[in-house]
Amino acid sequence: MTLHIDIPEETFSSILAKAFRNTAFVTGFVITLLILAMAVVSYIWTPYDVTKLVISDKTQGPSLAHWFGTDHFGRDILSMIMVGARNSIAVALVAVGIGMGIGVPLGAFAAARGGLVDEALMRINDLVFAFPALLSAIMITAIFGPGAVNAIIAIGIFNIPVFARVARAGALAIWPREFILAARAAGKSSTQISIEHVLPNIATLLLVQGTIQFALGILAEAGLSYLGLGAQPPMPSWGRMLFDAQTRMVVAPWMAIFPGMAIVITVLGLNLLGDGIADILDPKSRRQR
Amino acid sequence: MSLLEIENLSLTIGETQILKDMELSVAPGEVMGLVGESGSGKSMTALTVMQLLPYAARATGRVSFDGIDILAASEDQMCALRGDDIGMVFQEPMTALNPVKTIGEQVAEGIRWHTKTTRAAAEERARKMLDRVGLPEAKFPLSRYPHELSGGQRQRVVIAIACALKPKLLIADEPTTALDVVLQAQILDLLLDLVAESRMGLLLISHDLAVVTEMADRITILRRGEVMEAGDTARTLSEQLHPYTRQLAQASMHVPARARPHDTSQGKPLLQVEGVTRDYPGRRASLFRRAPTIRAVDDVSLSMAPGQSVALVGRSGCGKSTLARMILALDKPSAGTIRFRGETVTGKGEAELKPARRDMQVVFQDPYGSFDPRQKVEKLVAEPLHVLDKKPTRAERREMVAHALHEVGLDQRDMDKYPHEFSGGQRQRLSIARAIITRPKLVVADEPVSALDVSIRAQILDLFAELNQKLGIAYLFITHDLTVARAITDEVLVMHDGKIVERGKTNEVLDHPQSEAARALVTAAPDLHRAIAKRMQEQG
Repeated sequence: MTLHIDIPEETFSSILAKAFRNTAFVTGFVITLLILAMAVVSYIWTPYDVTKLVISDKTQGPSLAHWFGTDHFGRDILSMIMVGARNSIAVALVAVGIGMGIGVPLGAFAAARGGLVDEALMRINDLVFAFPALLSAIMITAIFGPGAVNAIIAIGIFNIPVFARVARAGALAIWPREFILAARAAGKSSTQISIEHVLPNIATLLLVQGTIQFALGILAEAGLSYLGLGAQPPMPSWGRMLFDAQTRMVVAPWMAIFPGMAIVITVLGLNLLGDGIADILDPKSRRQR
Repeated sequence: MSLLEIENLSLTIGETQILKDMELSVAPGEVMGLVGESGSGKSMTALTVMQLLPYAARATGRVSFDGIDILAASEDQMCALRGDDIGMVFQEPMTALNPVKTIGEQVAEGIRWHTKTTRAAAEERARKMLDRVGLPEAKFPLSRYPHELSGGQRQRVVIAIACALKPKLLIADEPTTALDVVLQAQILDLLLDLVAESRMGLLLISHDLAVVTEMADRITILRRGEVMEAGDTARTLSEQLHPYTRQLAQASMHVPARARPHDTSQGKPLLQVEGVTRDYPGRRASLFRRAPTIRAVDDVSLSMAPGQSVALVGRSGCGKSTLARMILALDKPSAGTIRFRGETVTGKGEAELKPARRDMQVVFQDPYGSFDPRQKVEKLVAEPLHVLDKKPTRAERREMVAHALHEVGLDQRDMDKYPHEFSGGQRQRLSIARAIITRPKLVVADEPVSALDVSIRAQILDLFAELNQKLGIAYLFITHDLTVARAITDEVLVMHDGKIVERGKTNEVLDHPQSEAARALVTAAPDLHRAIAKRMQEQG
């Protein structure tokens, strides 16, 4: 018996078309793209040179010459935000990447094996979790020397237990479901089941956690930079700018407002993007739109 | 005068019409049965009477209860009615009770709220009510928590809450659907007693025609929000004037046409279970002490021939699902061996099990839970293909899936849909497609039709029978529903407390049960023929 099958398959372009009908996704996508574009442009051109101090222009409010004003060394805030975007985004993204890349498989594995393995893994997890993240990051950078790369690794390590926990909790809720039993009856190994059935079902959870961790990553990087353990001056970073502004809040509020806005908008954009992707990936919402 | 009167009730939720010109009345002391398939608007009728409708719902028409216009009543008036004059029993006893409050508190809560008595007085009434529903003080003090009770006991607590203030009307929405037949019979008896005692009106909502026939004085048959037929139970069901009534009645007694059972007398047995036992360690009572182990399956032996259809029946918690899991090598027996096609499967690793897996598939009860919601039908149905020695190419795989879908009566275009786009019956067909795609020798079906409407159930049973004839698949049906066992199996095994207490030809065992457990099942099982006959006799 032969059966003819010609059904329009769900292609990449059809998914893309659906994605662009999703408002949250489009908004998040545009914002993220703009921030990324800004970071890229900063390599070629910035309104002013951020390494040059012009003391005569110090702490000026927003004006036509300096749209976002200048800091206490007379550097242009807009230029600093543009250059700082590279640093903050890179650090936060890679840190989340490390956390997800190691934490999620770890959590999924713990949930799949259960018993002693699970117990042991999660207790080690708790141990890492118990250290104040920033303190340990300081320790790591103190040992290996300050710098953007070490900051990334330090923040990344402390993202691992967060993702491991979220992944394990989500996976534990999926494992007793009947379709997992059906997959086991079909002879699939627990690794295969974890990849094919468990991970897609907890993807939403992980995406949301990922955007939260991204925001925390930017803040952690800010903290490290403030202590002189992150990006080294004169390289600007958003966190550093915020901390510099701290003592001058009253006299020069723009010094805090604009980097703060940059962080808020980036995090908002990524949250929307994460939400949108979660929506698009969910088959239930897919055809109803 | 009627206690509850519904006239011209129409209900819309958003754009969807749920009920259309609905008519229904319940007199004091009367049992009104409301029957319909899922989605027919039965539960929405109950929620309208309680004014517990979802936010977007718009109801028009007239609903009067004891002279009060329900649709025009304020929320305060409704709060005074709910739980006092109108009680409600829900379907799912597992979720209808608050797990962090004792049963005493939960029964007393409504009493205290409505009568403003002291805690002590309310608890005394709660105690009396729990005694009345069959939960005596010695074994069930007020301080028990819901998780310490079984499903049937919890449903008794729910009934105690609903009846604590002697309501004039009790609404029971599928009160026994989540329970096994023996518990079902007990709960239904209890409800009838309570109705007779206090001349309460009972609106019994169910999809099970046999249950309603046994219980109800009058019956209303609902289909897609419209009343198809209403009237005296015995007359309505014996005459079956309306085509839909006839259709429902026939579907609930449906027996699939099956040619002779396969010749099973000769040849090697397909499956042999020998002395299988499964123990579960007891809960840790303290750091050093464990509760005694629980023996879920106790020294069970059975054997099945190729192409044979066997039913494993028993009450919930008797160990039948545990046994099924061990046969499918999803769980390891504590003792004993299981042989499939002459080869031992117990204690083997997943890699060695591959050939056995190919010939052994499973259909689960819940058509909603047994599919990964994130994958397309093509991948889901093709899942068992992965045990084949030679991996099929993508085109071959699609061809095989299309073929399997065709065999279970679905369209091949369905393979690019997601599970949520199918109805319950269609999903169960998908389950069957997944089970037969590797051309197995044995399919284990765990309550495959108990979550389905009667008409869908009849179709799925037909499909099982057809595939048994066509492909020679042996079935092990696990069920507590004897009509299913009777409809589709040659042999039956009755299980009780982990042991097989009776076995034999299906008709012989079900007509003349020998063991106590089998007798209990048979007498408790609702049967439409018997129920109609009894009704007719009562009325002379």
